[in-house]
Amino acid sequence: MGELMLDGNAIAGLLQEVFAVEMTTAIGTCGGCGAAGPVGAVHVYRGAGIVLRCPHCNNVLAKIVKNDSQVWIDFQGIRTLEVAV
Amino acid sequence: MAGTALRGRLTWQLAELVKAVAETPRVKTIVFDVPGWPGHRAGQHVDVRLTAEDGYQAERSYSIASAPTGTRVALTVQRLEDGEVSPYLTDELRPGDTIELRGPIGGYFVWEPSEGGPLMLVAGGSGIVPLMAMIRTRAAAGDNTKTRLLYSSRSQDDVIYRDELERLSGNGLTVAHALTDSQPPGWTSYARRVDAEMLAEVSPSPAERPRFYACGPTPFVEAVAESLVRLGHDTRAIRTERFGPTGR
Repeated sequence: MGELMLDGNAIAGLLQEVFAVEMTTAIGTCGGCGAAGPVGAVHVYRGAGIVLRCPHCNNVLAKIVKNDSQVWIDFQGIRTLEVAV
Repeated sequence: MAGTALRGRLTWQLAELVKAVAETPRVKTIVFDVPGWPGHRAGQHVDVRLTAEDGYQAERSYSIASAPTGTRVALTVQRLEDGEVSPYLTDELRPGDTIELRGPIGGYFVWEPSEGGPLMLVAGGSGIVPLMAMIRTRAAAGDNTKTRLLYSSRSQDDVIYRDELERLSGNGLTVAHALTDSQPPGWTSYARRVDAEMLAEVSPSPAERPRFYACGPTPFVEAVAESLVRLGHDTRAIRTERFGPTGR
């Protein structure tokens, strides 16, 4: 499991594709423990989909599934997202 | 300002291979010309996309190795034996051939001379690549931010950019190597994996408030980050970039 763990940097391209802004410097607040930190530092697990976990409490922040024509995102564990515009 | 170039949707564009240089038996630097390249910041990466004749596509991220210079972008790629993308990039691609890439990508694992230091860079294997972009950017800007690099490789033959690192040392840059598996005769530097004791010896003290950038395979980066926190460094000053078995 640990071998497959990456961080938010690894999905920077995918996130920028969706949000059209650089997202790794966006600050997310975990809905589980309330810790706030840059998206680039969250833990990322890649399998059939992508799972983002809080680096402090391991809470699932979001899940992303992508196919050729669309991206599906579940933001279940993110309380707030602060994005520079 | 560089930030404005990051806005907007990422688009795939064609990049033409200008030259390829062998760095070690398993690692090559491939230099592309990317028309309209907006420039990049040290630590950023690109996504590379290969399309097979049957339409099958494979996408990977690679750190940019070069300091920003016009439309040239250098990637340093380690050949993974069972890889889908890296063997093509290191063995098949010839000057004049084109691939698709998009970028520059990322803003978190990034350093610019204006951010200052002291800088402590910790690299495991090909994790040196984005850190080398920082060292090259620093040198190109004539910046003398106090910078230390602790670089772990298996053997001396696996050290990427060995001569250039030696050449760039001085002017506030010091380089410490750790060779984990084999050492040449007379080796006087570290001969073990990076650990807390080594990090304490090489990095500036917590009182100097260094900025850390650690890049390498996931277990390497985990061990480094845990050690740094144990040594009393501020977690917010530790930026990490992990790559898995198919990553950069």
